Amino acid sequence: MRIVIPQFPGTNCEFDTRYAFEHLGHDVQIVWHEDETVPADTDLIVVPGGFSYGDYLRSGAIARFSPIMKAIKAYADNGGYVLGICNGFQILLESHMLPGAMKRNENLHFVSKHQYLKVENSNNRFLRKCKTGEILNIPIAHAEGNYFIEKEGLARLYDNGQVLLTYCDENGNPDNPNGSVDNIAGICNEKRNVFGLMPHPERAIETVLGSNDGVRMLEGFLS
Amino acid sequence: MKAIVNVYLKEGVLDPQGKAVHHALGALGFSSVENVRVGKQIVLDLKAESMHEAEKEVEKMCETLLANTVIEDYSIEIVQ
Repeated sequence: MRIVIPQFPGTNCEFDTRYAFEHLGHDVQIVWHEDETVPADTDLIVVPGGFSYGDYLRSGAIARFSPIMKAIKAYADNGGYVLGICNGFQILLESHMLPGAMKRNENLHFVSKHQYLKVENSNNRFLRKCKTGEILNIPIAHAEGNYFIEKEGLARLYDNGQVLLTYCDENGNPDNPNGSVDNIAGICNEKRNVFGLMPHPERAIETVLGSNDGVRMLEGFLS
Repeated sequence: MKAIVNVYLKEGVLDPQGKAVHHALGALGFSSVENVRVGKQIVLDLKAESMHEAEKEVEKMCETLLANTVIEDYSIEIVQ
Protein backbone atom coordinates (compact mmCIF):
# COMPACT_ATOMS: atom_id res chain seq x y z
CA MET A 1 0.00 0.00 0.00
CA ARG A 2 1.05 3.55 -0.65
CA ILE A 3 0.68 6.08 2.17
CA VAL A 4 1.23 9.75 1.36
CA ILE A 5 2.21 12.34 3.98
CA PRO A 6 2.09 16.07 3.14
CA GLN A 7 4.82 18.21 4.63
CA PHE A 8 4.28 21.90 5.44
CA PRO A 9 6.83 24.39 6.75
CA GLY A 10 6.76 23.63 10.49
CA THR A 11 5.53 20.03 10.23
CA ASN A 12 7.57 17.85 12.60
CA CYS A 13 5.82 14.47 12.83
CA GLU A 14 6.22 13.41 9.19
CA PHE A 15 9.23 11.17 9.85
CA ASP A 16 7.68 9.47 12.90
CA THR A 17 4.57 8.84 10.83
CA ARG A 18 6.64 7.47 7.95
CA TYR A 19 8.57 5.25 10.38
CA ALA A 20 5.33 3.86 11.81
CA PHE A 21 3.86 2.89 8.43
CA GLU A 22 7.17 1.52 7.15
CA HIS A 23 7.41 -0.49 10.38
CA LEU A 24 4.05 -1.99 9.42
CA GLY A 25 5.48 -2.88 6.01
CA HIS A 26 4.09 -0.21 3.70
CA ASP A 27 5.43 2.32 1.21
CA VAL A 28 5.42 5.91 2.33
CA GLN A 29 5.92 9.03 0.27
CA ILE A 30 6.33 12.48 1.79
CA VAL A 31 5.03 15.23 -0.50
CA TRP A 32 5.72 18.97 -0.32
CA HIS A 33 2.94 21.45 0.44
CA GLU A 34 3.44 23.21 -2.90
CA ASP A 35 2.62 20.05 -4.86
CA GLU A 36 -0.67 20.37 -6.65
CA THR A 37 -1.52 16.69 -6.97
CA VAL A 38 -1.30 13.56 -4.86
CA PRO A 39 0.37 10.47 -6.42
CA ALA A 40 -2.09 8.45 -8.52
CA ASP A 41 -1.66 5.21 -6.55
CA THR A 42 -2.29 6.76 -3.11
CA ASP A 43 -4.25 4.49 -0.72
CA LEU A 44 -4.21 6.75 2.33
CA ILE A 45 -3.20 10.33 3.10
CA VAL A 46 -1.99 11.11 6.62
CA VAL A 47 -1.79 14.80 7.51
CA PRO A 48 0.86 14.74 10.23
CA GLY A 49 1.42 16.67 13.47
CA GLY A 50 3.62 19.66 14.08
CA PHE A 51 3.28 23.41 13.83
CA SER A 52 2.46 24.13 10.19
CA TYR A 53 3.25 27.77 9.40
CA GLY A 54 4.24 28.28 13.05
CA ASP A 55 0.59 27.97 14.12
CA TYR A 56 0.30 31.65 13.12
CA LEU A 57 -3.19 33.17 13.30
CA ARG A 58 -4.75 29.80 14.32
CA SER A 59 -3.41 26.24 14.18
CA GLY A 60 -3.93 24.96 10.64
CA ALA A 61 -5.43 28.22 9.35
CA ILE A 62 -2.71 28.94 6.80
CA ALA A 63 -1.88 25.35 5.81
CA ARG A 64 -5.48 25.06 4.70
CA PHE A 65 -4.75 27.27 1.69
CA SER A 66 -1.64 25.44 0.45
CA PRO A 67 -1.86 23.78 -2.99
CA ILE A 68 -1.57 20.24 -1.59
CA MET A 69 -4.65 20.76 0.60
CA LYS A 70 -6.76 21.43 -2.49
CA ALA A 71 -5.56 18.11 -3.91
CA ILE A 72 -6.23 16.34 -0.59
CA LYS A 73 -9.74 17.77 -0.45
CA ALA A 74 -10.42 16.54 -3.99
CA TYR A 75 -8.99 13.13 -3.04
CA ALA A 76 -11.35 12.93 -0.04
CA ASP A 77 -14.32 14.16 -2.10
CA ASN A 78 -13.67 11.16 -4.37
CA GLY A 79 -13.93 8.83 -1.38
CA GLY A 80 -10.20 8.54 -0.59
CA TYR A 81 -9.16 7.94 3.03
CA VAL A 82 -7.60 10.86 4.92
CA LEU A 83 -6.35 10.80 8.51
CA GLY A 84 -5.31 13.96 10.38
CA ILE A 85 -3.19 13.59 13.51
CA CYS A 86 -2.87 16.51 15.97
CA ASN A 87 -1.93 19.52 13.79
CA GLY A 88 -3.26 17.43 10.88
CA PHE A 89 -6.63 17.26 12.66
CA GLN A 90 -6.52 21.04 13.17
CA ILE A 91 -5.81 21.53 9.45
CA LEU A 92 -8.77 19.30 8.49
CA LEU A 93 -11.03 21.33 10.82
CA GLU A 94 -9.85 24.64 9.33
CA SER A 95 -10.39 23.15 5.85
CA HIS A 96 -13.99 22.26 6.83
CA MET A 97 -13.26 18.65 5.90
CA LEU A 98 -14.32 17.86 9.48
CA PRO A 99 -16.87 19.82 11.56
CA GLY A 100 -16.02 22.00 14.59
CA ALA A 101 -12.95 23.97 15.65
CA MET A 102 -10.07 23.91 18.13
CA LYS A 103 -9.49 26.31 21.03
CA ARG A 104 -6.56 26.70 23.41
CA ASN A 105 -6.46 24.01 26.09
CA GLU A 106 -8.64 24.99 29.04
CA ASN A 107 -5.64 25.24 31.38
CA LEU A 108 -3.60 27.05 28.67
CA HIS A 109 -0.78 24.52 29.08
CA PHE A 110 0.94 22.48 26.41
CA VAL A 111 -0.04 18.98 27.55
CA SER A 112 2.40 16.18 26.68
CA LYS A 113 1.77 12.78 28.25
CA HIS A 114 0.32 9.32 27.75
CA GLN A 115 -3.47 9.46 27.75
CA TYR A 116 -6.12 6.74 27.86
CA LEU A 117 -8.78 6.87 25.18
CA LYS A 118 -12.09 5.09 24.88
CA VAL A 119 -13.16 3.75 21.49
CA GLU A 120 -16.70 5.10 21.08
CA ASN A 121 -17.34 3.63 17.65
CA SER A 122 -15.24 1.02 15.86
CA ASN A 123 -17.61 0.67 12.92
CA ASN A 124 -15.31 2.55 10.55
CA ARG A 125 -12.16 1.95 8.54
CA PHE A 126 -9.86 3.67 11.07
CA LEU A 127 -10.87 1.80 14.24
CA ARG A 128 -12.13 -1.48 12.77
CA LYS A 129 -9.27 -3.44 14.44
CA CYS A 130 -10.39 -2.09 17.84
CA LYS A 131 -13.56 -2.89 19.81
CA THR A 132 -16.18 -0.32 20.79
CA GLY A 133 -15.65 0.40 24.50
CA GLU A 134 -12.00 -0.65 24.40
CA ILE A 135 -9.45 1.51 26.27
CA LEU A 136 -6.25 2.50 24.42
CA ASN A 137 -3.10 4.17 25.72
CA ILE A 138 -1.79 6.79 23.25
CA PRO A 139 0.40 9.88 23.77
CA ILE A 140 -0.98 13.40 23.40
CA ALA A 141 1.12 16.55 22.86
CA HIS A 142 -0.75 19.76 22.10
CA ALA A 143 -1.71 23.24 23.29
CA GLU A 144 -4.84 23.57 21.15
CA GLY A 145 -6.85 20.40 21.55
CA ASN A 146 -9.92 21.91 23.16
CA TYR A 147 -12.42 20.69 20.58
CA PHE A 148 -15.55 22.80 20.19
CA ILE A 149 -18.69 22.29 18.19
CA GLU A 150 -22.04 24.01 18.71
CA LYS A 151 -25.00 22.04 20.14
CA GLU A 152 -26.69 21.12 16.87
CA GLY A 153 -23.41 20.02 15.33
CA LEU A 154 -22.64 17.86 18.36
CA ALA A 155 -26.07 16.22 18.13
CA ARG A 156 -25.39 15.47 14.45
CA LEU A 157 -22.03 13.88 15.35
CA TYR A 158 -23.77 11.53 17.78
CA ASP A 159 -26.67 10.78 15.42
CA ASN A 160 -24.24 9.72 12.69
CA GLY A 161 -21.80 7.85 14.96
CA GLN A 162 -19.01 10.32 14.17
CA VAL A 163 -17.63 10.57 17.73
CA LEU A 164 -14.87 7.95 17.56
CA LEU A 165 -12.60 8.52 20.56
CA THR A 166 -12.96 10.21 23.95
CA TYR A 167 -10.41 10.96 26.70
CA CYS A 168 -10.72 8.74 29.79
CA ASP A 169 -8.74 7.19 32.64
CA GLU A 170 -7.54 3.58 32.62
CA ASN A 171 -10.95 2.40 33.86
CA GLY A 172 -12.80 4.24 31.13
CA ASN A 173 -14.08 7.09 33.30
CA PRO A 174 -13.99 10.52 31.64
CA ASP A 175 -10.64 12.26 32.14
CA ASN A 176 -10.32 15.41 30.11
CA PRO A 177 -6.83 16.89 29.54
CA ASN A 178 -7.84 19.96 27.50
CA GLY A 179 -11.49 20.93 28.05
CA SER A 180 -12.82 19.50 24.79
CA VAL A 181 -16.57 19.22 24.49
CA ASP A 182 -17.82 15.82 25.81
CA ASN A 183 -14.16 14.73 26.19
CA ILE A 184 -13.92 14.27 22.42
CA ALA A 185 -10.47 13.21 21.17
CA GLY A 186 -11.30 12.04 17.64
CA ILE A 187 -14.08 12.25 15.06
CA CYS A 188 -14.81 11.44 11.42
CA ASN A 189 -16.87 13.05 8.68
CA GLU A 190 -20.35 11.90 7.72
CA LYS A 191 -19.06 9.73 4.84
CA ARG A 192 -16.54 8.08 7.21
CA ASN A 193 -13.53 8.53 5.00
CA VAL A 194 -11.97 11.57 6.73
CA PHE A 195 -10.70 11.08 10.29
CA GLY A 196 -9.07 13.39 12.83
CA LEU A 197 -7.67 12.90 16.30
CA MET A 198 -5.43 14.86 18.67
CA PRO A 199 -3.53 11.84 20.11
CA HIS A 200 -0.52 10.42 18.26
CA PRO A 201 -0.98 6.73 17.32
CA GLU A 202 2.31 6.86 15.37
CA ARG A 203 4.12 7.38 18.70
CA ALA A 204 2.60 4.22 20.19
CA ILE A 205 3.78 1.42 17.94
CA GLU A 206 6.43 -0.27 20.10
CA THR A 207 6.06 -1.39 23.73
CA VAL A 208 9.57 -0.14 24.49
CA LEU A 209 8.13 3.37 24.05
CA GLY A 210 5.28 2.73 26.48
CA SER A 211 2.51 1.35 24.28
CA ASN A 212 1.83 -0.30 20.96
CA ASP A 213 -1.89 0.40 20.93
CA GLY A 214 -1.33 2.74 17.98
CA VAL A 215 -0.59 -0.23 15.73
CA ARG A 216 -4.20 -1.39 15.75
CA MET A 217 -5.37 2.10 14.87
CA LEU A 218 -3.02 2.56 11.92
CA GLU A 219 -3.53 -1.03 10.73
CA GLY A 220 -7.25 -0.38 10.26
CA PHE A 221 -6.42 1.47 7.06
CA LEU A 222 -4.15 -1.24 5.73
CA SER A 223 -5.37 -4.20 3.72
CA MET B 1 -6.47 53.45 4.39
CA LYS B 2 -6.29 51.32 7.53
CA ALA B 3 -8.53 48.53 8.61
CA ILE B 4 -8.60 47.46 12.24
CA VAL B 5 -9.99 43.97 12.69
CA ASN B 6 -10.83 42.64 16.14
CA VAL B 7 -11.38 38.92 16.50
CA TYR B 8 -12.92 37.39 19.61
CA LEU B 9 -14.34 34.03 20.59
CA LYS B 10 -18.14 34.13 20.24
CA GLU B 11 -20.31 34.87 23.26
CA GLY B 12 -21.16 31.55 24.81
CA VAL B 13 -17.88 29.94 23.70
CA LEU B 14 -15.77 29.61 26.84
CA ASP B 15 -12.57 31.68 26.49
CA PRO B 16 -9.73 29.91 28.37
CA GLN B 17 -7.36 32.89 28.09
CA GLY B 18 -10.03 35.33 29.28
CA LYS B 19 -10.77 33.07 32.23
CA ALA B 20 -7.08 32.88 33.21
CA VAL B 21 -6.65 36.66 32.97
CA HIS B 22 -9.82 37.17 35.00
CA HIS B 23 -8.49 34.84 37.67
CA ALA B 24 -5.10 36.61 37.73
CA LEU B 25 -6.74 40.04 38.04
CA GLY B 26 -8.81 38.75 40.95
CA ALA B 27 -5.66 37.42 42.64
CA LEU B 28 -4.10 40.89 42.29
CA GLY B 29 -7.03 42.46 44.10
CA PHE B 30 -8.95 43.82 41.09
CA SER B 31 -12.25 42.55 42.38
CA SER B 32 -14.44 44.77 40.20
CA VAL B 33 -13.89 42.68 37.06
CA GLU B 34 -16.94 40.64 36.11
CA ASN B 35 -15.77 39.05 32.87
CA VAL B 36 -12.71 39.08 30.59
CA ARG B 37 -12.50 38.20 26.89
CA VAL B 38 -9.10 38.00 25.21
CA GLY B 39 -9.04 38.52 21.46
CA LYS B 40 -6.63 39.59 18.78
CA GLN B 41 -6.30 42.70 16.70
CA ILE B 42 -5.16 42.62 13.08
CA VAL B 43 -4.24 45.96 11.50
CA LEU B 44 -4.18 46.15 7.70
CA ASP B 45 -2.87 48.94 5.52
CA LEU B 46 -4.72 48.80 2.25
CA LYS B 47 -5.51 50.56 -0.98
CA ALA B 48 -9.18 51.08 -1.71
CA GLU B 49 -11.42 53.48 -3.66
CA SER B 50 -13.77 54.07 -0.76
CA MET B 51 -14.28 53.13 2.87
CA HIS B 52 -17.30 51.09 1.85
CA GLU B 53 -15.27 49.11 -0.68
CA ALA B 54 -12.49 48.59 1.87
CA GLU B 55 -14.95 47.29 4.41
CA LYS B 56 -16.46 44.85 1.92
CA GLU B 57 -13.01 43.56 0.99
CA VAL B 58 -11.90 43.14 4.63
CA GLU B 59 -15.14 41.36 5.44
CA LYS B 60 -14.26 38.81 2.75
CA MET B 61 -10.78 38.43 4.29
CA CYS B 62 -12.34 37.80 7.70
CA GLU B 63 -14.71 35.16 6.37
CA THR B 64 -11.93 33.44 4.41
CA LEU B 65 -8.93 33.58 6.71
CA LEU B 66 -8.74 36.12 9.52
CA ALA B 67 -11.50 34.63 11.68
CA ASN B 68 -12.76 31.09 12.12
CA THR B 69 -16.48 31.83 12.19
CA VAL B 70 -17.23 28.45 13.77
CA ILE B 71 -15.98 29.88 17.08
CA GLU B 72 -15.04 33.52 16.45
CA ASP B 73 -16.79 36.84 15.81
CA TYR B 74 -15.06 39.82 14.26
CA SER B 75 -15.52 43.55 13.98
CA ILE B 76 -14.06 45.84 11.31
CA GLU B 77 -13.17 49.50 11.68
CA ILE B 78 -11.95 51.42 8.63
CA VAL B 79 -9.94 54.60 9.24
CA GLN B 80 -8.55 57.03 6.66
